[in-house]
Amino acid sequence: MENKVYIYRSFERFWHWMQAVLIFMLAATGFEIHGSISFFGYKNAVTYHNISAYIFMVLIVFAIFWHFVTGEWKQYIPTSEHLAAQLNFYLFGIFKNAPHPTKKAVLSKLNPLQRLVYLSLKILVIPTMVISGLLYMFYRYPQKGTIAGLNIDSVEVIALFHTAAAFVLTAFIIVHLYLITTGTTPTSNLKAMITGFEELDHHHTTENKSSKEITAAEVNND
Amino acid sequence: MKKIILTIVSIGLLFVAAIGILSSKETEQTTTELLKTEYSKKPVSSADHSKFSILKQNFNSPQKVTKACISCHTESSKEIMKSNHWNWERPEYIKGRGIVYLGKKNAINNFCIGVEGNEESCAKCHIGYGMSNANTFSYNDETNIDCLVCHDNTETYTKAPEKGGAPVSTLDLSNIAQHVGKPSRSNCGVCHFFGGGGNNVKHGDLEKSLFDANKDVDVHMGVDGSKLECVECHKTEHHNISGKMYSLSSMNRNRATCEECHTENPHEDAILNKHTLKVACQTCHIPTYSKVNATKTTWDWSTAGKLRDGKPYEIDDADGNHTYLSIKGSFTWGKNLKPDYIWFNGTANHYLLGDTIPDTTHTLVLNKLNGSYTDRNSKIIPVKIHTARQPFDQVNKMLIQPKLFAEKNGEGAFWKDFNWQTASKIGMENIGLPFSGKISFIKTEMYWPVNHMVSSKENTVQCTECHTSNGGRLEKLKDFYMPARDKNLIIDYAGTGMLVLSLLGIVTHASLRIISSRKRKAKAKNGK
Repeated sequence: MENKVYIYRSFERFWHWMQAVLIFMLAATGFEIHGSISFFGYKNAVTYHNISAYIFMVLIVFAIFWHFVTGEWKQYIPTSEHLAAQLNFYLFGIFKNAPHPTKKAVLSKLNPLQRLVYLSLKILVIPTMVISGLLYMFYRYPQKGTIAGLNIDSVEVIALFHTAAAFVLTAFIIVHLYLITTGTTPTSNLKAMITGFEELDHHHTTENKSSKEITAAEVNND
Repeated sequence: MKKIILTIVSIGLLFVAAIGILSSKETEQTTTELLKTEYSKKPVSSADHSKFSILKQNFNSPQKVTKACISCHTESSKEIMKSNHWNWERPEYIKGRGIVYLGKKNAINNFCIGVEGNEESCAKCHIGYGMSNANTFSYNDETNIDCLVCHDNTETYTKAPEKGGAPVSTLDLSNIAQHVGKPSRSNCGVCHFFGGGGNNVKHGDLEKSLFDANKDVDVHMGVDGSKLECVECHKTEHHNISGKMYSLSSMNRNRATCEECHTENPHEDAILNKHTLKVACQTCHIPTYSKVNATKTTWDWSTAGKLRDGKPYEIDDADGNHTYLSIKGSFTWGKNLKPDYIWFNGTANHYLLGDTIPDTTHTLVLNKLNGSYTDRNSKIIPVKIHTARQPFDQVNKMLIQPKLFAEKNGEGAFWKDFNWQTASKIGMENIGLPFSGKISFIKTEMYWPVNHMVSSKENTVQCTECHTSNGGRLEKLKDFYMPARDKNLIIDYAGTGMLVLSLLGIVTHASLRIISSRKRKAKAKNGK
């Protein structure tokens, strides 16, 4: 039954790894700016943080474009179906070598938990980071009186949102790095994100309602 | 073929772009380079005063020199008579007080306290002759203007110590009059470096080492560098000199600023430029002041008046600084000092003679510099804070202006008779203020903005000297959030807790996986 399926396309992999590098860089420099660690030197940390942020924002624009053009955004539509089963798997089944409750497929790469978490990242955490980050960079300019409606008297609130979201994102990365090892074999998920190919039990299976909406024509585009 | 052409074209484009970028950097001069070029050309006077016959006379009084000056410079005396150097005051609007003629006549400091009643001595730093009383002095007599103290270029002109502003009698006034010109740093420094009765007593950043300092002391004045004269930054038009000290001024006007030459965005780094909205140039560019000689940091008048064998005495420290003088009390000094930092919007309020002290149990600030983080005109500036204990009237709750100087004993001057009662009584009478006879000492503070002794850019304050939670330079300015110094404890604890819990969860989960997988394998083996 098992066969190799091309599950992560090249842009997707590029986006993922670029994002990984940038988030690591942003976290390291960010926590130096926050005063938690000392590594690059404060001035360098600020410079690298801003450069990484600009690259990240460009990447986000491309990623959003890609998601809509390919229809991949539908992968993130949340579902309650099998959500409890997935949670049950991570909490109990995994220790009994139980099978994954949801099957990975080209049209449904993400299990219900992933859908929920990644969607929250995309619509809550990352936008919080980007908006607060941009305000952090530019908050002084309204103070010059050029945009009267946008006068921000203190960077404090901006910094608090930015820091809080940074902690959430860092916690996500830590858990994410671990959950990579929970695939069919401990390295199968990692290999898939590097090569694009993953051994799947079924091919072109549609597990969820949402992914059923994807037409066969789109699948063939791949 | 197509590929080869495309490759050549793109390499060519890259090459052109590279040349463009590199060559533009070579030719484009920075503001600093332009300034260096501009200020390396020293001005040449259009007149040689030694050729004027009116100056080739034997002047028997300094007033006659002034008359000779005015005979050509017909309007200059009028300009001078409008200046605060002449009037010893300037009209200032102070919020809550209205317009005040603020100056040495009504302000009080915590060094030698004030000039009232002590003019004979203090007037050696007035640009006039014949001042024995600041209130009766004729501010309309132009012949009393001392042109030479500012314009002598021979560096020989000297004012007599206690003669109401007159020069010492042995000078060759004719020679001096023939060698006048633009004021040099020695003309300004002779008064401004010695305020408070000795070198560097008051400012901390203005002292005699600047007569011939090197670049390490002051990057602008260094004789091995730009050799700027005072008046090149303190630009002067019609004898109105820009720049002023907030010990005696209150309004945000006529200031000499760094930005005039260096612009508001002087750095190549955009992030450093962002700092300029809230941080004054001086804050980062003057890491320490009093780099060569010590400055007075505290002055305790309450110990003054002790005598040995009926005579006043002095105690000096190893560097020769007075630590005790019978006439003035005890002092402490500091060298290579890190400034204190405050918010400042360019306006100040003052304790003026006759003001009631609101709370005599607390430190009284004599010149309150206004500002706060939320005030959009405020920037962080470096200051020297001079603290003192000085006499006040316990009943009338007023600072006392004692009579300090007199030529003879028995006139009630403290410096001769060492009696606070009589010195205070006469001093307060002189200015028409009441005196109850009950003297005590109150702690006072004065704020002296530090503007000179600018370091080279290699020696500026570094990021983490402020951006740190570990006793940074801006530790005391708590009214704003600064990255790396300030943290929201809830977010930091919750965030760190979340990270720790995540890691713990992972370790537990992973251990359970390993254990259960081993058990399964063992079971499978046993099953076989």
